[in-house]
Amino acid sequence: MFGWEALDLARIQFAFTVSFHILFPAVTIGLASYLAVLEGLWLKTKEQVYLDLYHFWLKIFAVNFGMGVVSGIVMAYQFGTNWSNFSTFAGSVTGPLLAYEVLTAFFLEAGFLGVMLFGLNRVGPGLHFFSTLMVAIGTLISTFWILASNSWMHTPQGHAIVDGKVIPVDWLAVIFNPSFPYRLLHMVVAAYLATAFFVGASAAWHLLHGRDNPAVRKMFSMAMWMALLVAPVQAVIGDFHGLNTLEHQPAKIAAIEGHWENREGEATPLILFGWPDMAREETRFKVEIPVLGSLILNHSLSEPIPALKEFAAEDRPNSTIVFWTFRLMVGLGFLMIFTGLWSLWLRRRGALYQSRPFLRLALVMGPSGLVAILAGWITTEVGRQPWVVHGLMRTRDAVSAHGVAEMSISLLLFVVVYLAVFGIGFVYVLHLVHKGPVTDEGLEPIPGGAGRPRTPARPLSAPEEGLDEGVPSTRS
Amino acid sequence: MGIDLSLIWAVIISFGVMMYVVMDGFDLGIGMLYPFFKDSHDRDVMMNTVAPVWDGNETWLVLGGAGLFAAFPLAYAVVLSALYLPLVFMLIGLVFRGVAFEFRFKAREAQRHLWDKAFIGGSLAATFFQGVVLGTFIEGIPVADGQFAGGALDWLAPFPLFCGLGLVVAYTLLGCTWLIMKTEGPLQRRMHDLARPLTLVLLAVIGILSLWTPLAHDAIARRWFSLPNLIWFLPVPLLVLLSVRALLRSVANNDHVRPFLLTLALIFLGYSGLIISLWPNIIPPSITIHDAAAPPQSQGFALVGALLIIPVVLGYTAWSYYVFRGKVRHGEGYH
Repeated sequence: MFGWEALDLARIQFAFTVSFHILFPAVTIGLASYLAVLEGLWLKTKEQVYLDLYHFWLKIFAVNFGMGVVSGIVMAYQFGTNWSNFSTFAGSVTGPLLAYEVLTAFFLEAGFLGVMLFGLNRVGPGLHFFSTLMVAIGTLISTFWILASNSWMHTPQGHAIVDGKVIPVDWLAVIFNPSFPYRLLHMVVAAYLATAFFVGASAAWHLLHGRDNPAVRKMFSMAMWMALLVAPVQAVIGDFHGLNTLEHQPAKIAAIEGHWENREGEATPLILFGWPDMAREETRFKVEIPVLGSLILNHSLSEPIPALKEFAAEDRPNSTIVFWTFRLMVGLGFLMIFTGLWSLWLRRRGALYQSRPFLRLALVMGPSGLVAILAGWITTEVGRQPWVVHGLMRTRDAVSAHGVAEMSISLLLFVVVYLAVFGIGFVYVLHLVHKGPVTDEGLEPIPGGAGRPRTPARPLSAPEEGLDEGVPSTRS
Repeated sequence: MGIDLSLIWAVIISFGVMMYVVMDGFDLGIGMLYPFFKDSHDRDVMMNTVAPVWDGNETWLVLGGAGLFAAFPLAYAVVLSALYLPLVFMLIGLVFRGVAFEFRFKAREAQRHLWDKAFIGGSLAATFFQGVVLGTFIEGIPVADGQFAGGALDWLAPFPLFCGLGLVVAYTLLGCTWLIMKTEGPLQRRMHDLARPLTLVLLAVIGILSLWTPLAHDAIARRWFSLPNLIWFLPVPLLVLLSVRALLRSVANNDHVRPFLLTLALIFLGYSGLIISLWPNIIPPSITIHDAAAPPQSQGFALVGALLIIPVVLGYTAWSYYVFRGKVRHGEGYH
């Protein structure tokens, strides 16, 4: 296939399946917590609007969860099928972490998911809320273990190498390795942000189409609060994560910055744009701001950051890729902060639900969180190359000894099947979003019932407009 | 340490795989029974009997994989790369049937039949290739220098393919008797009618496998037919025959719950027969659980979690089944 080796095919396959997979857990983590908040608010306030939103997002959550489970099972087996040398070498560390994920998270989610989806009439609100909470907590525990495993591969510690294999020595050191706290926080917050922008875009779409009702307003308002409060926090976490990476994976930072060499006693500039060229060992067409690189990464006006030429050519990550994926992620982050601030300004003026330019921005920002997550993961994963376990095992030594034919067949199968199945799933999610929250689901929709005016909320001089005109159109 | 961690882990993984087989077995079986039931409402009912629990059932498969990875990384790496293509096919089958649970009810009427087909095809492919994986595993996996040393198409042989068909029959019977338990009326009567022929076919499959395996593998023949083993293991085939007889009788009696329990017993007996044949190898024919063991630091660390958490998991799994106990009727579900 295009003259690729089995190693290239294995890498493409892994990158493809893991990129698809990560989108589903991200939304699952965010929506599970959102659902728990909605149900909690409903139990506390007894306001119907929260239950309506719960039912609405539950359906989208279920489709998304199904896709996450099936794509996740593929991941669990791929370590063995495609990366058997890695599994033999480092399995004694990553295997137990994965086992803990299954035991503490997957079963928790799966065990309570059925009750969460089908059980409201069978177990009563209290136990049902407990099930929702368990599912939400399960998603977070899952994030904890998988990121512990991933972070260990970036910043390994707490192990010894015996007979060419990793032996865990100190499990606390393995789990709480140097990059783990930053990675975990960064990922969880990213999942919340991605979900907030997805929820916000759904509401914005309905508002733009004139479907203005309490449920849509409520979800738009909640999403924009989330953006306002959390997007800046994410920027701070990202900055700390960057400092941590500089300490433990300096080559990755040099590649992200497209920074090739330091001159004696000179601060590092920040390259805003440019084209890092791996062959010519320079960043072409660059637009740079003097000293800013040192200021951001070293919080210093003079101390330079490590440069790519300080590393042997075979140890350098691909700067062309990570330079741009990083800028994409950060750019989207700034747009998110901007969206949050604008929403606050509009909210103060009482125009949050009416400003069409803002609603359009919120709509366009719908996928921004997911795109940023993908860009961020590419940055961190490509940035660790050529290592699969940083400093311990190279990616090319990790792969299984499969032939090109097998790898081509399976890659082709995965691409076709994933695009078809998850493409259709995506269409169903959009279809559900399009339907919008149904108000008073499960309750008898009696015109003029509790809390609704039986007569038009306008002077009787305009009766020709019909009885329902004064009632907000809640069933569109 | 005096505790044999590898042995404990082998028991845990065997238990996990058995839980998977008995639990995901019936929901895979439902997919393979779909072709016999054209009516959309019948299919709704069939799917709704497992919709709240299928996802937990499938998690046992992941536990089997993760447990193997944690406790026997060598076996995980060798077995999974040896079974590369059948596992890929199985996973793709699971993808189709897994999403069918959600997509089917979200699809418009005109597209629903496509998800029915995905559910049927996915269940069939997942089951068949699980059987192929099992058969290839029994046949033995060549290993050299701690790496898989066979070919990519080793699984494409009569014995593994027959095991694939055998598992299709076994899961279909499980699904059939599960539905006898969970449904009522005409749907249940038709399941009753199907149970008898399926049982007889399964008996034939078990018979053929019981002859084929020892004939093809001297080690397995010696394990079963040397004294005193023969006396120890004789209850297995005897219990199989007794279970089949009781199963046929309970189907004829129109029992609701017993056929499912007896099918579970049959599956369990077949599974224990398999373990008797292969013990203590984790990569047949010659690599034992001790050869493939992870360092004790890994096995011990993961064991703490497994021993503490598996009982809890069993507890809330049982609770979830209890919540959804009883017959499923037309029109139930959250959709």
